[in-house]
Amino acid sequence: MSQSWIDQALAEHDELDAGGRRQLPLADREQQVLDRIDRARRRRPKVREERITMSHGAGGKATHTLIEAVFLDAFRNPLLEPLEDAAQLRLGSARVALTTDSYVVSPLFFPGGTIGDLAVNGTVNDLAVSGATPLYLSAGFILEEGFPVADLNRVVESMRDAAVAAGVHIVTGDTKVVQKGKADGCYINTAGVGLVERDVSLGVAQAQPGDAIIVSGPIGDHGITIMLARGELDIEADLCSDTAPLNGLVAGLLDAVPGVRAMRDATRGGVATILNEIAKDADVGVLVSEDEIPVRAEVRGASELLGIDPMYVACEGRLVAVVPGEAADQAVAALRAHPLGERAAVIGRVREEQPGIVQLKTAFGGTRIVDLLVGDPLPRIC
Amino acid sequence: MCLGIPGEVIELHPEQPDLAKVDVSGVRRLINIGLLTDDPPVPGEWVLIHVGFALSKIDEREAAAAMEFLEGIGQAYEDEISALRESVIE
Amino acid sequence: MRFVDEFRDADKAHALAAKIAALCEPGRQYKLMEVCGGHTHTIYKHGLEDYLPESVTLVHGPGCPVCVIPMGRVDDAIHLASQPDVIMTSFGDMMRVPGSGGSFFDANAEGTNIRMVYSPLDSLKIAKQNPDKQVVFMAIGFETTAPSTAMTMLRAAAAGLSNFSVFCNHVTIVPAIKAILDSPDLRLDGFIGPGHVSTVIGCRPYEFIARDYGKPVVVAGFEPLDILQSIYMLMVQLSQGRSEVENQYSRVVPWDGNLVALKAIGETMELRPYFEWRGLGFISHSALQVREKYAAMDAERLFQVPGVRVADPKACQCGEVLKGVLKPWECKVFGTACTPETPIGTCMVSPEGACAAYYNFGRMNRTRVAEAAQAGRS
Repeated sequence: MSQSWIDQALAEHDELDAGGRRQLPLADREQQVLDRIDRARRRRPKVREERITMSHGAGGKATHTLIEAVFLDAFRNPLLEPLEDAAQLRLGSARVALTTDSYVVSPLFFPGGTIGDLAVNGTVNDLAVSGATPLYLSAGFILEEGFPVADLNRVVESMRDAAVAAGVHIVTGDTKVVQKGKADGCYINTAGVGLVERDVSLGVAQAQPGDAIIVSGPIGDHGITIMLARGELDIEADLCSDTAPLNGLVAGLLDAVPGVRAMRDATRGGVATILNEIAKDADVGVLVSEDEIPVRAEVRGASELLGIDPMYVACEGRLVAVVPGEAADQAVAALRAHPLGERAAVIGRVREEQPGIVQLKTAFGGTRIVDLLVGDPLPRIC
Repeated sequence: MCLGIPGEVIELHPEQPDLAKVDVSGVRRLINIGLLTDDPPVPGEWVLIHVGFALSKIDEREAAAAMEFLEGIGQAYEDEISALRESVIE
Repeated sequence: MRFVDEFRDADKAHALAAKIAALCEPGRQYKLMEVCGGHTHTIYKHGLEDYLPESVTLVHGPGCPVCVIPMGRVDDAIHLASQPDVIMTSFGDMMRVPGSGGSFFDANAEGTNIRMVYSPLDSLKIAKQNPDKQVVFMAIGFETTAPSTAMTMLRAAAAGLSNFSVFCNHVTIVPAIKAILDSPDLRLDGFIGPGHVSTVIGCRPYEFIARDYGKPVVVAGFEPLDILQSIYMLMVQLSQGRSEVENQYSRVVPWDGNLVALKAIGETMELRPYFEWRGLGFISHSALQVREKYAAMDAERLFQVPGVRVADPKACQCGEVLKGVLKPWECKVFGTACTPETPIGTCMVSPEGACAAYYNFGRMNRTRVAEAAQAGRS
């Protein structure tokens, strides 16, 4: 923690006080502090840690800071900057979407799927929510010395089946082996390429006040399944991962509502992270209603037991869509017409007030903020 | 210090009297009921779970009484609101 | 979810809110303290303050056992974890709390093996599975959690385990409340009493608050309706000029507490002569240590901990926030230098710390939110 950062904050605070702030009514003083905080949040992100920690991989604030301060800073170019799920490129006259992902999940096999399913579906989904028809995947494997070939076969067979189900082909790959103790059995890296044939321009920065925010189904299934599958928590539940290819679902939505503003694949960081990305990138306010967010009873039970909020838990077969307000009903109907979207629902709206901030109306009727977490949602006892 | 969740006792462990399986909204976990030896829970009863231990039994009568009080307040409120509505005659 | 959903009913909340407002004497301000961090968390998570009239303010108390752990003790824990062949186990709440050189997560990045557990029993399992390692459990929490640590130690003893020990940081609630009551900068009208601590110690320990300090106490549950009902019960007492201890959480809290739990604590632990509470200073007889009889399971005896006292960064005002003297946003570094990502103090990093709760959930100007809602309605 750099001393100068602290000194700067103290100096700002004293400046405000010197300006006769103390005479102001409480609400105004609080507002001044909130404004100061808002300015602080919009400052350029810097990575303060000297070493990478687990928080950097969770999809929350630490991840965003790492991406912006290290990767974006070094590689900066207009194609990278939108930081959407896939990059939109022109190759000759064709519009192409390109995405990449790595899969390091443990355990490799869990109720509802395998690391192979995640690899194919995750890549397909990043392309689909970018408005592309997913076509070709690459698959690079990093295998740990001692990893059973029978397990590798299981992973690969599940990838074959997932690719067939999604209508894509795995056309190139790579294999490396690392010493025992690294790679947790098997890590998979993929890249995916798709054609953008529709005349769509998607991106969360396009969200506008009045837009509706829709989620395609119950949240948190995958993350909770994985947490339970690790076996450390001794919890049994009838839950499985929601991993699935969403390209069919997306096609149905885009057919019905060509004016969709944005779609995001809700993976690590959960729905809450996407809502914050919308608010930040479009500089709008977001108001969601806890009552409207679909959550399975078992996900809720496990989350309450552990003290975790399902809004931050990863999904692997759910999308969040931002659509013009007047098209909300059509969008939900289109999603519900597809087996993967049976429980699609409007969970909130984009609005002008409180730009950059996501607010939640609780089931209880009060309001609170939904901010990005720093790292993974951690089970708590308090 | 505070995260305690109500769970229903499903079954007692056949070999270890300290342990019981509880259900929380369809999720099941084995917990330690050793702190309730003065009045051990039986399947069907509800307990408060904290860090893998049952701290206390949930007294269904007290819970019902609490609900009744809240319902009573709710009803009184409803009555007041309808009275308010009815009195606006223009 | 049974025993949960019914206590989150919005209609009943409106009814209770109306009753609370009706009990407010015109021109009088009411300051009620919720002692327990779990209550702070619920209040912010469910937006409970939206239901309270302007004249009723909730003051957040020091009942956050993670918040009050001094940085020196976190350093001690990391020191323990750095010993050869040690697996440290800890609840999730502690993983991001900063010591003077970083948190448990940072320490893991440097090579320690600090693993997250949900229950002290998980720690025991790890000890059984790793006979060649020393497994240390970082025990934190008030009297709610101490019995679980105690029972785990008794199980370890019964199983003859020789590689399991406890780094005991359990603290007790009554001395903290007394520190608040004796604090000259605070004028409180009543207390929302801790719920789960009371399942262990019962309601009698709070009688001195009503009797000697004349403040009403209502032991409260953790669902939003529980807290609203407790506030209502406090307002009734205040309007009638009474000061008594009442139990709103009677479905879970027995008036006499849990004797088995208290016995287990008494068997394995004893009060330390004094203990440093972050922000509150040294308080006598306010924390637990492992008894001589169980010395073989006391990490502080088995290993040498540096025990260095680390002063809080000068800018840190956690102490005043913990005492309820300052609101989180009134701290000079709140939200700018001190954020959940870069916490200077534990009020910000503990999930139930007042600053974390306000930053993560409550960071909006309620008056303006209410004004906007009003404007929207008219």
